[in-house]
Amino acid sequence: MTLIRFDKVNKWFGKLHVLRDIHLQIREGEVVVVIGPSGSGKSTLLRCINRLEAISEGQLTVDGFRLDDPKTNINLLRQEIGMVFQHFNLYPHKTVLENITLAPIKVRKIAKEEAEKTATFFLEKVGIPEKAQAYPSQLSGGQQQRVAIARGLAMKPKIMLFDEPTSALDPEMINEVLDVMKALAKEGMTMVVVTHEMGFAREVADRVIFMDNGMIVEEGTPEHFFTNPREERAKLFLSKILTGGRASKR
Amino acid sequence: MGNWNDVLSYSGKYLSGLGITLEVSLYALLLSLAIGVVIAIFRVTSSKLLNAFGAAYVEFFQNTPLIIQVFFFYYGSPAMGLNISGLACGTLGLAVYTGAYMGEVFRAGIQAVPKGQMEAARSSGMNYLQAMGYVILPQAVKIILPPLTNQMVNMVKNSAILSTIAVTDLMYQTYLISSDTFIVFEVFIFAALLYLTITVPLSTFANLLERRLQRSS
Repeated sequence: MTLIRFDKVNKWFGKLHVLRDIHLQIREGEVVVVIGPSGSGKSTLLRCINRLEAISEGQLTVDGFRLDDPKTNINLLRQEIGMVFQHFNLYPHKTVLENITLAPIKVRKIAKEEAEKTATFFLEKVGIPEKAQAYPSQLSGGQQQRVAIARGLAMKPKIMLFDEPTSALDPEMINEVLDVMKALAKEGMTMVVVTHEMGFAREVADRVIFMDNGMIVEEGTPEHFFTNPREERAKLFLSKILTGGRASKR
Repeated sequence: MGNWNDVLSYSGKYLSGLGITLEVSLYALLLSLAIGVVIAIFRVTSSKLLNAFGAAYVEFFQNTPLIIQVFFFYYGSPAMGLNISGLACGTLGLAVYTGAYMGEVFRAGIQAVPKGQMEAARSSGMNYLQAMGYVILPQAVKIILPPLTNQMVNMVKNSAILSTIAVTDLMYQTYLISSDTFIVFEVFIFAALLYLTITVPLSTFANLLERRLQRSS
């Protein structure tokens, strides 16, 4: 079943044409990794899926909701989409537990005890149950990002969006976050991941999408993409990023 | 020393004036906080119309003298067929004026909260007001507190203007005592000291609160 469908989607920021004629379908349970140079529009593409950015033209359907229709109840759809940000965006004035239970209690109207039980379950899943009462500022970057993932999961979403989830992390903390994401992918979560982690893409992605200059330039399985890309721009990008070292080894 | 004894013999009047000043300040404070929150939200929301209204409100009330605004309510309300007490008119005038400043303080505080906070809240399905109430405003409070205290102190001092519309506040009583006793210097010095009994605890309390909030984050 197709959960996300972009149909000839265009977006402009003022005069800047950031998404050009995007066609893309993502099925339930699929893990799609979006890569590309900075400024290629990959984050914008991701942010359109929960309408943090509105599209300018075309059709975008997510879980049966038409995002190009201003009458769509976006808050209803957003409950079904978890989002993880580059800079975590945890609520600094709330404890880890409160960060995770806030939306379930206030948006899903779940009883506090039940929400806390769910939160504890997901904190265990991301490996830091002992931090429930800590404040975000007392956690390392990797721990904060794992809390952010737990916060997204606690809403029991159908889709998880990841916007460069490891880009702001110290190198030694990247794996702890990627491991959580890999486990999630194996459980069948529908995931759209913008990342520079080629190792993750290779290992976990069902499909890799390469964007440049607002367009989807190439898409395919990781095997195809990493071993035999058709497009010159994809080859160039890979040669630059893979000779960088760390990504290719993983 | 004789003058001071005369002044102190009027302490009952002083205290009743101080009571009125406190009462006016409290009501005007609550009202101006409410106005300030609404105006600030108008100014940061995405609606161009509300932006313009918020900006116009702030410009108008910040850039006209408080005394005119107070007169507007005091002399204007009977003309509009309303029967409101001088105290209420004065409180209203003080509140709409201070509300403009509160609005700017809140707006600056809200805008100082990183954008990602609103995005995180909204992307979890919260509507705009929920995101404001649960995520943005609690963080903005810490940023807002010091300038907010300044505005509160200013408001207490500005309330002295209400003496011009016969609100029997501290300033009004001070004028009366002065014309009763023909003593000026000591009478007004004593009034100033009484104003300090409101404003100094206010800023001290705010400083303590600020330090506690800083520690909790």
